Formats: sequence, structure tokens, C-alpha cells
Amino acid sequence: MRARVLVRLKPGILDVQGASVQRALQGLGFAEVEALRVGKLLELEVNGTSAEAARRRIEEMCSKLLANPVIEDFTVEMVG
Amino acid sequence: MNFGVVVFPGTWSDCDFHYIVSEVLHQPVRYVWHRDAQLADFDCLILPGGFSYGDYLRAGAVAGRSPVVEALPEFVAKGGLVLGSCNGFQILCEAKLLPGALTRNECLQYRCQSTWLRVENAETSFTRAMRPGQVLKMPISHGEGKFYADADTLRRVRDQKQIVFRYCSEDGRVVKDANPNGSLDNIAGLVNEEGTVLGLMPHPERAGENAMGGTDGLLIFHSLLGSLVEDGSFLKR
Repeated sequence: MRARVLVRLKPGILDVQGASVQRALQGLGFAEVEALRVGKLLELEVNGTSAEAARRRIEEMCSKLLANPVIEDFTVEMVG
Repeated sequence: MNFGVVVFPGTWSDCDFHYIVSEVLHQPVRYVWHRDAQLADFDCLILPGGFSYGDYLRAGAVAGRSPVVEALPEFVAKGGLVLGSCNGFQILCEAKLLPGALTRNECLQYRCQSTWLRVENAETSFTRAMRPGQVLKMPISHGEGKFYADADTLRRVRDQKQIVFRYCSEDGRVVKDANPNGSLDNIAGLVNEEGTVLGLMPHPERAGENAMGGTDGLLIFHSLLGSLVEDGSFLKR
């Protein structure tokens, strides 16, 4: 089973990487970019009997290690 | 006082701490490999700086789940003291032994420079040899040292006097210009509620001899040694 985990800084936390990339885009003439935030995509392949059980395990992984709940949110997407 | 210096893959301040403790302070010190969870012999454990392997995910993330760090709560509960500098601070936050998190420097630059720190709480085991408001000089070298905590946590650490060091100007003013990484409230170091775990981004081990540009870092160690009573056991707070 495959899953995608998206880890992002929580809203309201200054994303200095995102701000820097946004400035770079504006420098290239893409002035329409009003906000940009950088996140992390983690792709996992896991053994599991059901997608629901696998999702619960991955959410546990996120809470324990993959994301830091102090600063980050995460979403889990089962992709096959 | 028996010191242990924890070594993770990628640690590079371990030798500096070992040198300060053994050669400058003449105290017994041993290295502790990160998979070793036998901590009973130590009075104080040091988590040094360096790019520990967890940094691939987030600073200190994987190191914060290593056997030695998982053994720290019990060590602390039994009266042991823990000092984490730089990556050690990040690891302590990741392991929830200290509140908050360290994020990318606001300037996005790796900052390697001398900083000035104002002593905000001189009543912990790590700061008792200092004066409140005293200004110390210590270097930093990090890319992810911007302390963050939510508003409730910030209020709590302020109220409980857990903020130990703030970045300041040479004359002790806590101002934005003196903040090298955009840290919330200019926080450079803080302790747990019990005052027995200290995390700080600056490197006290690189301010231990005049040849290094100053000895203010030694005050942390003098404080620790001053926490001992004559029979060698800890002075209970």
C-alpha cells in the first residue's frame, strides 16, 4: 500500500523558506504570487490488511516522528 | 561530579565539552553512545551540538527518539541534570523534555558569531554562579535556532521563569537587533519546570578559556558544581 504524507508548518508560523522562494519568483517576474509556503512530501510503502488500518498507523507515525505537532500539521493520503 | 557527554552520529561538539570538563574543570567525564541507556553513574548528562542524523527530517527529530534520550525522563526524575547545547537543545525540544521547537533562522543564513546573553534567571542549577541581568558572551553556530512556542506555552515559560538566557546587546538591552536568528522573545535558552534540564543555542564549551575569546561559558559549569553539597550529593532545590 502506498501513502503520501504532507507535512507543513502550521498556519501563522512564519515560513522563512516560503517567503524567500516567493521573493525569488517575484524577482523572475511572477508578481502574482501573493503567498507561498514550503512543505515536505514523504512517500511511504507499507504492509497492511486495510487502507484504514494503514492510515491509522501512518497517522501514529506522524504524531510520533514525521511531524512535530508544536510547529507542523500533516495530512495523510492513501494512493493505492 | 560525574559528567556524561552523549555522542550521536554527526555530533561535533562532544570533544569540546569533554575537554572543558576534563582539562579545564578537572571533573570525571565519559562519552555515552546514543544507543546506550545506562545512565545511573552520571550526575549530569550533556547533549552537545552537531548535525545529528535526525536532521534529515527536522533538527533533532530522530536523535530525540534514540535510546539515550528515551532514558532521560527517568534520569531526570531521579535528580540527574541535563544540559543540551545547540543540536542538544533541538533534541530536548523534540523529546518534549523542554517546551517549544527550534525552526529555521529568520535570516535563512547559518549564523556563526559571538552573541551576548542576558541572564534572566540566576536561580537554577545551571545559573546559580551568575547574577540576574548579567551579560555573558558566548558564540553560536546554527541554521535552525529560532525558538518558537505557541502563546500559551510562551506565557507559561515566562510566568514560571523558565527563560534563562535572552539574546541582548553588549550593554544588556533585549532588542531585535541583538537577536541573531529571530527567536521568539529573544529566547536563547530555557529550563524545564523543575529547573533541571537546560537547553540553549549558544555554545558554552566554546567560551571556556581566554584563548577562545572568553570564559563566560564556564559559569554554567561552576553553577553545576556549586549545586553539589559537601558530601557529593545534589543540593535539592
